[in-house]
Amino acid sequence: MSTTAKSTLFRDPASTESVRSILKVVILLTIAAAAVASRLFSVIRFESIIHEFDPWFNFRASKYLVKHGFFDFWNWFDDRTWYPLGRVTGGTLYPGLMVTSGAIWHALRMISLPVDIRNICVLLAPGFSGLTAFATYLFTKEMKDSGAGLLAAAFMGIAPGYISRSVAGSYDNEAIAIFLLMFTFYLWIKAAKLGSAMWGGLCALFYFYMVSAWGGYVFITNLIPLHVFVLILMGRYSGRIYVAYSSWYALGTLASMQVPFVGFLPVKTSEHMAALGIFGLIQLVAFVDYLRGQVPSKQFNTLLRALVILITVISFTGLVTLTVTGVIAPWSGRFYSLWDTGYAKIHIPIIASVSEHQPTAWPSFFFDLNMLIWLFPAGVYLSFRQLRDEHVFIIVYSVMASYFAGVMVRLMLTLTPIVCVAAAITVSSIFDTYLEIDSPEEPEEDSESKKAKKDKKETGGFLSSKAPFIGIYSITSKVGVVGAFSVYLVLFVFHCTWVTSNAYSSPSVVLASRMPDGSQHIIDDFREAYYWLRKNTAEDAKIMSWWDYGYQIGGMADRTTLVDNNTWNNTHIATVGKAMASREEVSYDILRKHEVDYVLIIFGGLLGYSGDDINKFLWMVRIAEGVWPAEVQERKFFTPRGEYKVDHEATDTMKNSLMYKMSYYKFPSLFPPGQAQDRVRGARLPAEGPVLHTLDEAFTSENWIVRIYKVKDLDQFGRDHFAVSAFESGKKKGKKGGMAGRAPGKRGRRVVRA
Amino acid sequence: MARKNAARATTPEPSAVRPTTPNTSVEAAPKATPSTTPAAATTTSPSSTSTVKLSANSSPLAVAGAIWEKYQKDTPQRTKLIDVFMGFLVAVGALQFVYCVVAGNYPFNAFLAGFSATVGQFVLTASLRIQTNPANKTEFSSVSPERAFADFVFGSLILHFFCVNFIN
Repeated sequence: MSTTAKSTLFRDPASTESVRSILKVVILLTIAAAAVASRLFSVIRFESIIHEFDPWFNFRASKYLVKHGFFDFWNWFDDRTWYPLGRVTGGTLYPGLMVTSGAIWHALRMISLPVDIRNICVLLAPGFSGLTAFATYLFTKEMKDSGAGLLAAAFMGIAPGYISRSVAGSYDNEAIAIFLLMFTFYLWIKAAKLGSAMWGGLCALFYFYMVSAWGGYVFITNLIPLHVFVLILMGRYSGRIYVAYSSWYALGTLASMQVPFVGFLPVKTSEHMAALGIFGLIQLVAFVDYLRGQVPSKQFNTLLRALVILITVISFTGLVTLTVTGVIAPWSGRFYSLWDTGYAKIHIPIIASVSEHQPTAWPSFFFDLNMLIWLFPAGVYLSFRQLRDEHVFIIVYSVMASYFAGVMVRLMLTLTPIVCVAAAITVSSIFDTYLEIDSPEEPEEDSESKKAKKDKKETGGFLSSKAPFIGIYSITSKVGVVGAFSVYLVLFVFHCTWVTSNAYSSPSVVLASRMPDGSQHIIDDFREAYYWLRKNTAEDAKIMSWWDYGYQIGGMADRTTLVDNNTWNNTHIATVGKAMASREEVSYDILRKHEVDYVLIIFGGLLGYSGDDINKFLWMVRIAEGVWPAEVQERKFFTPRGEYKVDHEATDTMKNSLMYKMSYYKFPSLFPPGQAQDRVRGARLPAEGPVLHTLDEAFTSENWIVRIYKVKDLDQFGRDHFAVSAFESGKKKGKKGGMAGRAPGKRGRRVVRA
Repeated sequence: MARKNAARATTPEPSAVRPTTPNTSVEAAPKATPSTTPAAATTTSPSSTSTVKLSANSSPLAVAGAIWEKYQKDTPQRTKLIDVFMGFLVAVGALQFVYCVVAGNYPFNAFLAGFSATVGQFVLTASLRIQTNPANKTEFSSVSPERAFADFVFGSLILHFFCVNFIN
């Protein structure tokens, strides 16, 4: 883009400069517009709605912030979640996102544009994606030139790896965090280049914003020290690095501790120790460097040896003391799982159960990044050829982000920016080399050598000056390469649009399917059920569901939940898992003790919706087993052949579990006798459906995706519910008599009394 | 202002004529005291290395002593002032740390705020010292001493804002 501008406007340097800057602004605005526009598929296809799970909590928190003001938000104790524990919400969230949208809301009101907070929340992510493109431009400009910067901005604007987390309605922390990540890195590069404490201070301020917005700030906390460490090891220590790093660390760490959720972590946990260690190291290096300037080198060696011994002894003693006294906490589980991918599965099932914490499958690299993924290594190689301080940053970033993206799917998000930058450097240098054809002074055959000289002068800044310059003389190869890359770029745009439109624009609250005639059919069971809850249940009703749906129930139905997606209390989640996985008698006890009024489950068997609770059921069992290994055992849910079955082969434990009963209750009655079919698991169900004694079916949505059960109250005559249901079904054989057609052992042996 | 610029303008010359000890000589040039002329700087610098007479295997203590002597002689008054301030910050920081170890760290945020105020101020001052050191002029081509001081003020303002907020 900028290369064409360069070629046609060579006549007058001054006007060229101004035309170029206008062009840059126009191009950047166009990129921002394209970035925003490509994220609006979901709004156009469905409606302006918040997506998925976590955004619903963020949305609810934003509404609270706008309604009650900042100080109430800060001290918010939420008694409508984690019943009966409650949650100190104000102190356990990253407030950056809500404060941002709250500030936008107030700013718009101030200029008499009262916009609904929901629309601000829905459109925040696309808006910030335009800013991300701009930050990427600035970052890449520091690495190469503005041509590469524009390419990087364009890549960043439409790369599916970033779009996946920033479509309209995906109101999550990542929506603003990626912009902050790139901008912080840009400020860091600027600070390290100029050696200015002001840029370091600005970097610290944006780092603070980042800390307040996303837990992924730890990536910055470790990447910048690593960059500095590598530079020191390469013998590239300089005063600039000292000024930039010291001012960033001292201000940034202090600032990050202002966020209540982070608190004292920066001085207490191992994740932050690297930054602290490098801070100490750079002080020593600076001191030693100063001393080196004061004495001749031979005496310096003597002094250095003495210093090294002294420092080693002191720091080793300090480390041992701190570890023994337990001042420094060990690494948290989520970080262990970054190093040992099997760790979470064994020790912390709750982390492993989240699908975005799974390792990445290799096709998703191509799916999310398309051609950028093969341009990426070339860009890293080009950074090696120049290897100024900032190029070291690219290399360090690429290595770290590639590793992490391979370990965890969601960290693809941190890899995407550097892939865009590296790919832009590659494409831009290819165009730099091959687009010389447009130069007005295209030489004739006889001035071949002159042209070579001129080429050398122009591109010498990029290519290593030591290497002999190899020019491109043949027009065919120029046209071929440039043409091929233009085709690739066009294909890339098509790919990005296709991926965005097909894979990342579904709100997951509303499902879309195709009718046999090709027309679109909207499946709106979730909202139907949540709306039913909102309108038909008591204001203070407690809803039990698996934690995935906690935020949605809180956001859409406005009812109290037992567990939600903020998985801070493993035992509480395990309790819910146990209630779902146990026999009815055991579960009823748990439900009564937690004052549960309704139980909500997701069932996809009728429609073929595969993300339902029966498929998640094994995780509930595993998490419950982690807390009550004696009462819940995963093995008992598998057939003797080790299969997970729901049909007539299912084990007794499975068939008697509350989850199984609730899922298939009355399900066979939809089909002709003996024909009941579960479409997700492709299993034929027994003709006789399960019987529920302690729960009543309260609501089942249109496509049976959401089923809500009401927990029965205690019997008025003090009988247990098994006796009651036996009585009501007309088999009055006396309380003590065995019930026909049912194993005697199944009668409620555990009488429940409140 | 004019004097400082003049001093900076003359710095490269002595370092150019004595390539053996380039670092020590540039260190000496920007004296704050008006009596010191560039000519005087060129005479003091070789004498400082000659009077100490270090050999390759002299003890670390002797080397440290030599450095101290050279520091006394060659550091400009203004830089010495900065150094005194840095020493003061180290003393205050150490005092706080000792207090924390001896008397406990109960309001931990207050301790952290106080301690990071000293540490932060220390590194900002050290940055100022490095940036204004004429020996590093080639590295900080875009940072003039005035700019460095402005940066210093900017950084300190942010630092103390957060400290006051943190200390409750």
